[in-house]
Amino acid sequence: MSITALLLTLVFIGLTILLSLWQRLGLERDLLIGTVRAALQLTLVGYVLLVVFELREWPFIVLMVMVMILVAAQNAARRGSRIPGVFWRVLAAITVTEVMAMLVMLGLDIIPPTPQYVIPISGMVVGNAMVVAGLLLNRLQSEMEASRQQIMVALSLGATARQAVLPVLRKTVRAGTIPIIDNLKTVGLVQLPGMMTGLIIAGVSPEVAVRWQLLIMFSLTAVSAICAIVLAFLTYPALFTAAHQLRTDALSRSG
Amino acid sequence: MTNSNLLPVPEQEPLFLLDDLWKSRFDGKNRVNVLEGVSASVEAGRIVTVVGPSGSGKSTLMLLLNRLEEPDSGRITYLGRDLREWNVLDLRRQVGMVFQQPVMLSGSVRENVLYGPRLVGEERDSDPEALLGRVGLDPSLADRDARELSGGQQQRVALARVLANYPAVLLLDEPTSALDENASRMIEELVVGLQREKGLTCIWVTHDLSQALRLDGETWVFDSGRLVESGSTMEVLSQPRHPAAREYLKSRLERGEAR
Ligand SMILES: Nc1ncnc2c1ncn2[C@@H]1O[C@H](COP(=O)(O)OP(=O)(O)OP(=O)(O)O)[C@@H](O)[C@H]1O
Ligand SMILES: [Mg+2]
Repeated sequence: MSITALLLTLVFIGLTILLSLWQRLGLERDLLIGTVRAALQLTLVGYVLLVVFELREWPFIVLMVMVMILVAAQNAARRGSRIPGVFWRVLAAITVTEVMAMLVMLGLDIIPPTPQYVIPISGMVVGNAMVVAGLLLNRLQSEMEASRQQIMVALSLGATARQAVLPVLRKTVRAGTIPIIDNLKTVGLVQLPGMMTGLIIAGVSPEVAVRWQLLIMFSLTAVSAICAIVLAFLTYPALFTAAHQLRTDALSRSG
Repeated sequence: MTNSNLLPVPEQEPLFLLDDLWKSRFDGKNRVNVLEGVSASVEAGRIVTVVGPSGSGKSTLMLLLNRLEEPDSGRITYLGRDLREWNVLDLRRQVGMVFQQPVMLSGSVRENVLYGPRLVGEERDSDPEALLGRVGLDPSLADRDARELSGGQQQRVALARVLANYPAVLLLDEPTSALDENASRMIEELVVGLQREKGLTCIWVTHDLSQALRLDGETWVFDSGRLVESGSTMEVLSQPRHPAAREYLKSRLERGEAR
């Protein structure tokens, strides 16, 4: 795609701004900031990738993945800002998820150990884990609030914090994993996924594109489940005291 | 004879000792005191009824005794040991609690009743149907979904669920508020029976003064987080000394007569 063609895509942004002005949606400012940020961030990442692909050095790959994880963790942790140490818990969950995904993919030789593969696929894994982590924190807080009396009853009967909270954790993990499972069922029928679209536009045959897409979807399903489970079990102890008491201050009232 | 005059009679150690308990809560804007300097003692095998206006801190006190919450300051001892020194899981089994709102855990009535015993692998020793019978429920309810029962039925399941742990102390927070006269009396007789036969100690929150009289033990009157009056139920109800207690009892009695 030529630079001129790229610049012409700004027509879409211009159109949105006009719509916003016309309907007084008040989105112009955010739209401008968003557009500039997206352009700058992606261009920058493009150059960084260029360098990393050239160098083919492991430390750079690892460093890049670590930056991804950091940004993702910070973003997801905002969903549970009342939970003590939530950032570290999310960071650990996303790291575990990424490490496990890469161990399987590289260990079984599903993808070659080159930056062209490791970095984009890590990006998808980490991005997906981020969404799941945010969703899980949100759900965990509202489910805890909704089940608070049941938890208190279980504790009063002699249950440990873990025993008392287990039904809530199950529900929350399910809620965090269901969207991607639903996605598995409808993919291709409702929309062509982004990665496959990209590959096809770049000239890869649909047959090969489909194989990659399946790899991604299957791995992201596992990623969602792993991230949700790890994060749920890392987070619930922050909601209780050492004496198996519910810590009401760690739960937001509004959910 | 002479000996007992010379030596101090060994006083029986109270089961619970409450020493200057303070507790505040956050009510959305401010920290408000919910308990203000509550001190009291409970002797083993007694029934203490706790009365007082709505919001006076009765339920909060129950939560502290079961150690579901911590006082801001002050100390509770159980059998001579600070509550914090007990294994909290053992303590909660020994000091069983029935909440003001009956809350059913998911699953059948049987699963609810077996919840406590299962935690320690003792479900074989318990007989849920018999427990349901004791609280006045038809044992055939055992296989029903607990959340589909009526409020009064749930209240009794909650009691059976606690009894399944064989507690030495029962904390009952208005356990008969959803029950009719007959069912209420049945629960009273059950608890009094356990007190007589097993030496059960009971702290029973109620708004029903005639119930307190029937239970005939000690009564504590709470007002705005303070324990304003305590003594034998007869004494407290017939001759309250504290103005707040007098006011509360008078209003309750008038309402009782009107009914
Ligand atoms: N979870 C809570 N969060 C904030 N405040 C609470 C909470 N529970 C109780 N309170 C407040 O603490 C005070 C004491 O409440 P508590 O439930 O102990 O009263 P009570 O004597 O049991 O009243 P009632 O007879 O209506 O059951 C009340 O002012 C109440 O508003
Ligand atoms: Mg109450």
